[in-house]
Amino acid sequence: MGMTITEKILSRHVDLDEVHPGMLINARVDIALGNDITAPIAIDAFRKAGGKKVFDREKVVLVADHFSPNKDIDSAEQCKLMRDFAHEQELTHYYDVGEAGVEHALLPEKGIVGPGDLVAGADSHTCTYGGLGAFATGVGSTDLAAAMMTGELWFKVPETMKFVYHGKRRPWVTGKDLILHTIGRIGVDGALYRAMEFTGETVRSLTMADRLTMANMAVEAGGKNGIFIPDEVTEAYCRERAERKYEFFTSDPDARYHSVIDIDVEKIELQVSFPHLPSNAKGISEVGSVRIDQSIIGSCTNGRIEDLRVAASILKGRHAAPGMRLIIIPATPGVYRQAMHEGLFDIFLDAGGVISLPTCGPCLGGYMGILAKGERSVATTNRNFVGRMGHPGSEVYLAGPAVAAATAVAGHLAGPEQL
Amino acid sequence: MKMRGRIWKFGDNIDTDAIIPARYLNIWDPQGLAAHCMEDADPEFMKKMRPGDILVGGENFGCGSSREHAPIAIKAAGIACVVAKSFARIFYRNSFDMGLPIFESPELWGLVENGAEIEVDADAGLIRIVGAAANPLKIPPFPPFMQELIADGGLMNHIAKGRTK
Repeated sequence: MGMTITEKILSRHVDLDEVHPGMLINARVDIALGNDITAPIAIDAFRKAGGKKVFDREKVVLVADHFSPNKDIDSAEQCKLMRDFAHEQELTHYYDVGEAGVEHALLPEKGIVGPGDLVAGADSHTCTYGGLGAFATGVGSTDLAAAMMTGELWFKVPETMKFVYHGKRRPWVTGKDLILHTIGRIGVDGALYRAMEFTGETVRSLTMADRLTMANMAVEAGGKNGIFIPDEVTEAYCRERAERKYEFFTSDPDARYHSVIDIDVEKIELQVSFPHLPSNAKGISEVGSVRIDQSIIGSCTNGRIEDLRVAASILKGRHAAPGMRLIIIPATPGVYRQAMHEGLFDIFLDAGGVISLPTCGPCLGGYMGILAKGERSVATTNRNFVGRMGHPGSEVYLAGPAVAAATAVAGHLAGPEQL
Repeated sequence: MKMRGRIWKFGDNIDTDAIIPARYLNIWDPQGLAAHCMEDADPEFMKKMRPGDILVGGENFGCGSSREHAPIAIKAAGIACVVAKSFARIFYRNSFDMGLPIFESPELWGLVENGAEIEVDADAGLIRIVGAAANPLKIPPFPPFMQELIADGGLMNHIAKGRTK
């Protein structure tokens, strides 16, 4: 019986010829990841369980990205706890202020994760690395503690839903629009406990940035992981940066799927997900007149250089609407430097925007753009739950960089063609 | 394990930002987190609830962030257990890993109102609605591995017992 790419990667990490959905396995972990929010609880659990040394100092990755540079005293204490642990354990991959970026943009960029890996991260958006053809999934802090201690973690082999995208993308439409449309179609629990395999002719034309964006939001449909079959785009991306050997897996022609969902990309316009669920996706022609106070362009979903280029191409020679707060957050120091060299900062500053240091910041209501009661933000982030970016009475509208930039100029929800 | 308590009913897709808003994630002390439990779903929740109460959720309870702060806040608040139609997967595994009892019941939500009293008999796999004439509801049994985790008192104790090898 054939296997899906997800099943093959899992079977490789338990040394079995075959695994099938529903099996409970204890799998080897290539990378165990934590951040300044989730690691402190994991470190505490690790120590309480008698942990002395992590299983492999090369394979435990800690990134200070959520509330770092420290936003307040409590955050400073959490970051210090993680920093002290990283130094004590002599972790190779510990990223602090200056080197740190939003973890799910940073790890692929640095080649710390690669195709064929099994990555367990104490952050729900760990599923991002499926864009590379890895099995990557979000877990909790206790799971991270267990993975740091033993190098293994329990998993239930998921069923796989196959999404087949075909047709040419409309102008400005990116991976973000495809995934918001997909979540809108199946709902926020439409892929609960399952793998989401993204395939089809359209997918092959997507950049690595677009693939990472789509895999990133698999969790917003309840998915365990999102995954792409690696190809020449993957090879070109990984060749120059992979730290370890990587391996391409693919799904067998006779692999079994929970379901196959066909998506006609030609019908998909730029998308906006209305409050308060990522599944409330609408085409830009259906959004009506929604006044917006703030535009956030950044995050693990859309804070890569490709996203900033799209935003800059729209903002060039234009200015943000009166009263609009336009906040650009390059996701990593690498993206920051590249955007600076390409002159994008001048475009953003001339447009009345401000450029933030790399951080998760406002995406989860941390800092750098918190909303007051009744305020609305368009954001290239991944969640628009009640209170996600600030006051429980505020609203977040999810979109790709084109809509976020055009909205900043228009002052209300808009695509570049409405400018 | 038997629990009897008053229920607090919530809807579908109660996300971890509603259970413990991210503005409090600079705290990791359980009691500090408990003070803000369910705050963005019901700002008065902690004033109204009593230890031993039970949360009842709809579909996809605990969706969103992987923050274990969510089940930690619920447990530290004194909530005896959570019964939902279904759970989001990271919340589900976090609860077993750290020892918050959770139960799936597709039926309960539609049969009870806020303030009702229920009895959850985990060993018998039954939920009784106190004062209701209806037969007890069956809880689908958890897979054997999840039962081991519960019996061992969470994942780290389970590992300490060397049972994962």
